[in-house]
Amino acid sequence: MPPFLYIFLGALAIVSALGVIVQRNPVHSLLALIATLMAVAILFIGEDAVVVGFLQIIVYAGAIMVLFLFVIWLLNLQVETGPTGHLALKLFGSLAAALLVTELFFFLAPPHLQVKFTRQPLGYGSLASLAGKLFTDYLVAFEATSVLLLAAVVGSVALARRLPAADDSRAAEKTAS
Amino acid sequence: MTTELIAGAVKAILMIVLALNLSLFLLYFERKGSALIQDRIGSNRVTVTGLGQRMGMPNLGIINTTIADPIKMFTKEDFVPAGADKFLHTLAPFLALFPVMITFVVIPFGDTISIAGQRIDLEAANLNAGALYLLASIGLGVYGVALAGWSSNNRWSLLGGIRATAQMISYELAMGLAIISVIMTFGTLNLQEIVRGQGGVWFGFLPRWAIFTQPLAFILLLVAGAAESKRVPFDLPEGESELIQGYFTEYSGGKQAVFMLTDFAEQALVAMLLTTFFLGGWQIPWLMRDGFHLPGGAFIALPALAVSLMGVVAFLVKVVVLCMFLGMVRWTLPRFRYDQLMRLGWKGLVPLGLFNVMVTAFVVVATGRVQ
Repeated sequence: MPPFLYIFLGALAIVSALGVIVQRNPVHSLLALIATLMAVAILFIGEDAVVVGFLQIIVYAGAIMVLFLFVIWLLNLQVETGPTGHLALKLFGSLAAALLVTELFFFLAPPHLQVKFTRQPLGYGSLASLAGKLFTDYLVAFEATSVLLLAAVVGSVALARRLPAADDSRAAEKTAS
Repeated sequence: MTTELIAGAVKAILMIVLALNLSLFLLYFERKGSALIQDRIGSNRVTVTGLGQRMGMPNLGIINTTIADPIKMFTKEDFVPAGADKFLHTLAPFLALFPVMITFVVIPFGDTISIAGQRIDLEAANLNAGALYLLASIGLGVYGVALAGWSSNNRWSLLGGIRATAQMISYELAMGLAIISVIMTFGTLNLQEIVRGQGGVWFGFLPRWAIFTQPLAFILLLVAGAAESKRVPFDLPEGESELIQGYFTEYSGGKQAVFMLTDFAEQALVAMLLTTFFLGGWQIPWLMRDGFHLPGGAFIALPALAVSLMGVVAFLVKVVVLCMFLGMVRWTLPRFRYDQLMRLGWKGLVPLGLFNVMVTAFVVVATGRVQ
């Protein structure tokens, strides 16, 4: 990936990430988040992590962000005119932010910054290499995650399901009245 | 490097021009073809000189539908309703059109040809992860429609936008599952390789098209694709009788034309996907690189360039026929009810798609085609 493209996409990702927290309109924030995800995905693809990049677009930009959009619509979130929330919440929020900045400072302090760049072999990040790792080295973790996700899906369906008995009684009430 | 760049640019422009022209053809077919199907006359008023009519030729309405209509649309007032989010209202049509248009670059429209010693792949971008690219860009098509509905500040628009979003998300899953089973059959994500894999014959006469090995996936992609392009019987997001015009109720002039163009381009895209994945792309039955090998053992020799060009023509013919088929479905079936739509998607297509993927996996492992 040519350096100017890398810098451009990185800057785009940072600016749109800022846009997510600066905008007052939730839908505009969402759009900025999508732009961030896209920029990062293209960075992945440019650095040969093709599958990760495309999966980020398919799963995050293409599906999860749509879910966010639905949540915004259904909860009818409005444009925020000013800062909201309890004073205590703000206090803890700024405390946590300060801690994060300190941690990042120590983590990125000069002695740690000597990152070595190594060229990955050709085909690194392709679907074949990813699938190979996933179904040999990390098989147990992969399968456990899939079972966990399945359990979460079944659980949410069970929670959202309306009991048939409740429906019957409601229908009976309707006919009675 | 430079020739590669020029060839790439030329191919990309060619593909866009092809998509736009197919959309124009679909616009014509929408007006005049529907008239034919419904035993009406259809548009037949505008002529340039009237000469043909004086000589007794019927007016085919070509100028009406392909020149007068678009000029009318683009010269109308571009209206933004009061209280609308002006920025998103303007952005939405382009957010809808862009993902569809960029998807066309991975569709292979011909075999590799060699001109002046240069080998040129007749595919605007020969990506190794072509199928992933395809799914990614199709998945982004939701936003234009959703934001059009939201930004218009109109209840009908918002309802249309919500319907469109739910529908496209639901049917994308079935579409992905259908494509996955084809990918598993051929063991590659590269669309050009998938088309190559469909060359040759079985039993001496049956072309190795994926429609014969994956008939269920073909039907899944056909139905899911029709739903993705939001045409009848899946046009609930527009639903004139309930929602006026759905998510683009508040659009006029050029922006509405862009939404219409998006729908037609999506229809063309679905036809191209079906052709590429199931109908052998540019492959012609019994045509090898050196000429026709007919089932009876007869052989007709042809020069290599002619074979390549015939492949491009075959691709176009298949796409146009499928486009017309999709158009005929549009003018034949009534609209689904919303619960029927969701039931068909989640209880019909998705389980069938999962079943198909599982069977394909078993067959692929059983026949030992795993590295």
